[in-house]
Amino acid sequence: MNPPVGQRKLRLATTSLAGCFGCHMSLLDIDERLFELLDRVDLDRSPLTDIKHCGPCDIGLIEGGICNAENIHVLREFRQQCKVLIAVGACAINGGLPAQRNHLDLGQCLQEVYLTAPGIVGGRIPDDPELPLPLNQVHPIHEIVRIDYFIPGCPPSGDAIWKFLTDLLDGRTPRLGHPLLHFD
Amino acid sequence: MNTPTLLLDGLPVPFSVGQTIMEAATAAGIFIPHLCHHPDFKPQGSCKLCTVKANGRYVSACTMPAKDGMEVENNSPDLNDKRRTLLQMLFVEGNHFCPSCEKSGDCLLQALAYELEMLTAHFPQFYPDRPVDASHPEVLLDFNRCILCELCVRASREVDGKNVFALSGRGIGKHLIVNAESGRLADTGFSLADKAAHVCPVGVILAKRRGFLQPIGCRRYDRQPIGMQFASPPGSGGNGPEH
Ligand code: SF4
Ligand code: SF4
Ligand code: FES
Repeated sequence: MNPPVGQRKLRLATTSLAGCFGCHMSLLDIDERLFELLDRVDLDRSPLTDIKHCGPCDIGLIEGGICNAENIHVLREFRQQCKVLIAVGACAINGGLPAQRNHLDLGQCLQEVYLTAPGIVGGRIPDDPELPLPLNQVHPIHEIVRIDYFIPGCPPSGDAIWKFLTDLLDGRTPRLGHPLLHFD
Repeated sequence: MNTPTLLLDGLPVPFSVGQTIMEAATAAGIFIPHLCHHPDFKPQGSCKLCTVKANGRYVSACTMPAKDGMEVENNSPDLNDKRRTLLQMLFVEGNHFCPSCEKSGDCLLQALAYELEMLTAHFPQFYPDRPVDASHPEVLLDFNRCILCELCVRASREVDGKNVFALSGRGIGKHLIVNAESGRLADTGFSLADKAAHVCPVGVILAKRRGFLQPIGCRRYDRQPIGMQFASPPGSGGNGPEH
């Protein structure tokens, strides 16, 4: 279906930073409403399109927090290109599960995982220059760039994402009431 | 003599002399958000979540005595904004990773955040380092979620007569301690039967080996938002201000 005359289709981009892709799975969980969504938006950069860089977009959905230098790079690109940027899920909002390493020493974590954990023989801490540098701590994305909206949940349900997006697309202030507003 | 009455958001609320604004509201089935207040314990007015405007001044509803003719503002955008900010500060001060918390769905802090539609903690996260105490055979202490409401302190002192908990330090260094030379819960007389084992509004004091007993969707605040549970009469599923 084409959008009404004079109304161009909106562009939507999504990405996963330090997250588990659970929020993207929830996006897929809107099921057959995906068709309705695709009637109303064109997808830009997203794991679903495999486009590598985000072009000018109306809406950006970001799953996951900031745990390495590349995450910051992608986040800044999204902020530059997206008119409305939305933090989706616990990791994007407060660091979530990855941030539970924040009270540990990063060097010790790497040593334990790659060198001293039981069963490791001849281990080596990966140091390929292509690998993004990890940060000492994992952080929510609003600490790096301005975020316009937040959809909490781990992950937010498909229904929560749908309610939020349709509110936004219809020009209403997006709102999640009971029982869609959840932190877990 | 007429019953003394205050006006709560324009609604007449009768009370008996000596009651606080919180007690008067509770008796009338009106919800005032609160964290450190519990009907079984002496109020201490530390969390300020219950801040209302009484005759134009900001006061804690849990400590302020009700007065005849007093005009109280409770459920207003201004007060709820301030309460949301307080919640956000509590969230960033500790490590509140709800998805991995056993108390999720039954947590007062979380339920209030839902009630006041807090979508993000807004402020930079502190990510404090607070090791857990798993020394006790029956109970786990996860200090990462302590909001310093002192309900456990009051319960242990006033009901159990054991004085197991206390707050130590000042300002941002303030934290919950266990009264034992070793600092470990195992070295106190604490038991799962204590009142203090069951008053924590968040996920600090947790009984071992029963985590995630209730499936997601069936937990207390999955069923109904806290504001509505409060208003429901006893026996209807909600159980008033208890947590
Ligand atoms: S105590 Fe409450 S707010 Fe804190 S992590 Fe647990 S559920 Fe979340
Ligand atoms: S352990 Fe729980 S009850 Fe005790 S002060 Fe902390 S939050 Fe309050
Ligand atoms: S409930 Fe009144 S100050 Fe905490």
